[in-house]
Amino acid sequence: MKKDTSHINSLENEAIYIMREVAAQFEKPVLLFSGGKDSITLVRLAVKAFYPAKVPFPLMHIDTGHNFPETIEFRDRLVKELGLELIVRNVQDSIDEGKVKEESGRYASRNMLQTTTLLDALEEFKFDAAIGGARRDEEKARAKERIFSVRDDFGQWDEKNQRPELFDMLNGEIDLGQNVRVFPISNWTELDVWSYIEKENIEIPSIYFAHKRKVFLRDGMIWSAEDGIVYRDEDEEVIEEMVRFRTVGDMSCTAAVLSDAVSISKVVEEIRDSSISERGARIDDKRSEAAMEKRKQQGYF
Amino acid sequence: MEVLKIATAGSVDDGKSTLIGRILYDTKSLTTDKLEAIEKTSKQRGYDYLDFSLATDGLVAEREQGITIDVAHIYFSTKKKSYIIADTPGHVEYTRNMVTGASTSQASIILIDARKGVIEQTNRHFFINNLLRVKDIVVAINKMDLVDYSEEVYNKIKADFSELMSKRDYQDQKITFIPVSALKGDNVVNKTDKMPWYTGEALLEHLEAIDKADIFNVGTPRFPVQYVIRPKTEEFHDYRGYAGKVYGGDLSVGDDIIVLPSKTRSKIKDIYFYDEKYETASRRSSVTITLENDINVSRGDMIVKEGDLPTIDKQFTANVCWMDTDELRPGGKYVVQHGINKVLAKVDRINHKIHPDYSGFEKDVTGLGINDIASVTFKLNKPIFYDQFKNHRTNGSFILIDTQSNNTVGAGFIQ
Repeated sequence: MKKDTSHINSLENEAIYIMREVAAQFEKPVLLFSGGKDSITLVRLAVKAFYPAKVPFPLMHIDTGHNFPETIEFRDRLVKELGLELIVRNVQDSIDEGKVKEESGRYASRNMLQTTTLLDALEEFKFDAAIGGARRDEEKARAKERIFSVRDDFGQWDEKNQRPELFDMLNGEIDLGQNVRVFPISNWTELDVWSYIEKENIEIPSIYFAHKRKVFLRDGMIWSAEDGIVYRDEDEEVIEEMVRFRTVGDMSCTAAVLSDAVSISKVVEEIRDSSISERGARIDDKRSEAAMEKRKQQGYF
Repeated sequence: MEVLKIATAGSVDDGKSTLIGRILYDTKSLTTDKLEAIEKTSKQRGYDYLDFSLATDGLVAEREQGITIDVAHIYFSTKKKSYIIADTPGHVEYTRNMVTGASTSQASIILIDARKGVIEQTNRHFFINNLLRVKDIVVAINKMDLVDYSEEVYNKIKADFSELMSKRDYQDQKITFIPVSALKGDNVVNKTDKMPWYTGEALLEHLEAIDKADIFNVGTPRFPVQYVIRPKTEEFHDYRGYAGKVYGGDLSVGDDIIVLPSKTRSKIKDIYFYDEKYETASRRSSVTITLENDINVSRGDMIVKEGDLPTIDKQFTANVCWMDTDELRPGGKYVVQHGINKVLAKVDRINHKIHPDYSGFEKDVTGLGINDIASVTFKLNKPIFYDQFKNHRTNGSFILIDTQSNNTVGAGFIQ
């Protein structure tokens, strides 16, 4: 019997329902793909939702140019294996066109700059729905997010005036120029995502597993010293450690954690026992208590 | 492990966020970095204790005003269950959020400030939870530390609340009273020794013991077709699958079914979940069904078991909770979204307004303002296939969409 008894099954059933609503209610949806575990989970759910037909929307990656090379390699392989369409838009192009300005200094990151590239790309392709892997447990502004989150012509989130969502009913009615951000795994926790990856035996980029890496320490966090992307002062000493990444955003704002978890089951175990939250290793959230809310108002996903 | 969704309701300063923060803290669900952030901010503000509401109030305006504006979702788990708490605001003007929170929850916690007792807001919170037929209600009498853990105070509130209960429409609702202090942690996760006169469970103990099977309404199976899957590939040349979520009851291979609105008869041939076949699809599973006959089925159609038809009609009467600042008026046109099905509807008449504090009805109403609840009759431009809300939570509810703004402006429960 196909049942909904276990916790992870009911989350999967909910997410598949949402994927199908997106395909039915919108003319031109897109799945925002970063190469991270959450968006890989989304791809798996999309494949399951429409099988045996192919996923009826493309993937789009907003490439900051600061991605871990392992992630990009993984992305290209996944797309090829599943026969999906991939669109890539680069933050570097937005910088070259003078639309955004590169940040400078120790905490320089391209994380904020992504928003402009994303909004331009949504407009370029006239996408009316963008599926993202954000989860409510990640961050407290995200805890207020709807499953269908309406954005105005400027991509802005009006957090005080959100549509109520009752029962299973998703209202995707919008005017021309508006778009909807859709979050099918809203109700999943980090541990749920990992448990699902384990259960479904989903392949993920190698940087999620413990590996030896040249790193340096700053503000109690571990930063990658490879690839020269993260700004490093001369007196910040490079050491080699066994680390893994819990999120794989822009390298310049994603810190590593010490780990010896080399398999998915070890990772699940480690997260179950962890006393630090997932975004505790994200410098972009540490800028201020309202960092995420502000970014979301400006159109960040 | 199961998931239990819980909504919270309480007035300003009843300590809802503190209660949730306390649950997170005592179940060790707050990670070190989150706890440090709370400690830091509490200290900055000169508090003598940790302000756990900082863990849940996610918007700048909420932290500034010290109130909860929008529904926040909070996640934690114990060895037994995974919990999702919809933390809903208590202000009178935010009733719509409370209805929203309760609509997806299987249990509710209503908070009462022990010093204030049952107030007009409490009536409203109970009314909405009863209207939405939430099966399990905990009345948490909070701030017991501020009334010297008095049994008398507790008994008085219990007696006042019981008076409300006698007026309720949905009698099968289970109601449990628990005296707590969210701030001090009494009877929240751990039983306290401060109230030896209370022999019942602590709040979390109660939630842990809730049996999910008791909570979901079991009714008759309804399968609204969400999406038609036609791969059009060599391998699946003639494949025509109907994707959707099963509501109310189970569907099995070989079941005699009827497709609405065409009333075409057929049999369930196969049930798929991804690439696997199943004999039965249980309720709330998102499956794909194929039928024995090649018939025309499209999104918005509904597959039901033969002999088990819902009401098929172009008009219905429902209890409506209005959520918009523009009034609902007779003659007004809206889109009714019933499940996944959308139809154009006209307000035929407002029968009466219902005072959500149990003070009675109001006839001769010309319009509904935000947060009003009323019995309204609608006429539709084509028939929908519905059940009464009391028999079928999913197939008996709908939302109203404004045709101009596209906003969700109301929710309804079919009578």
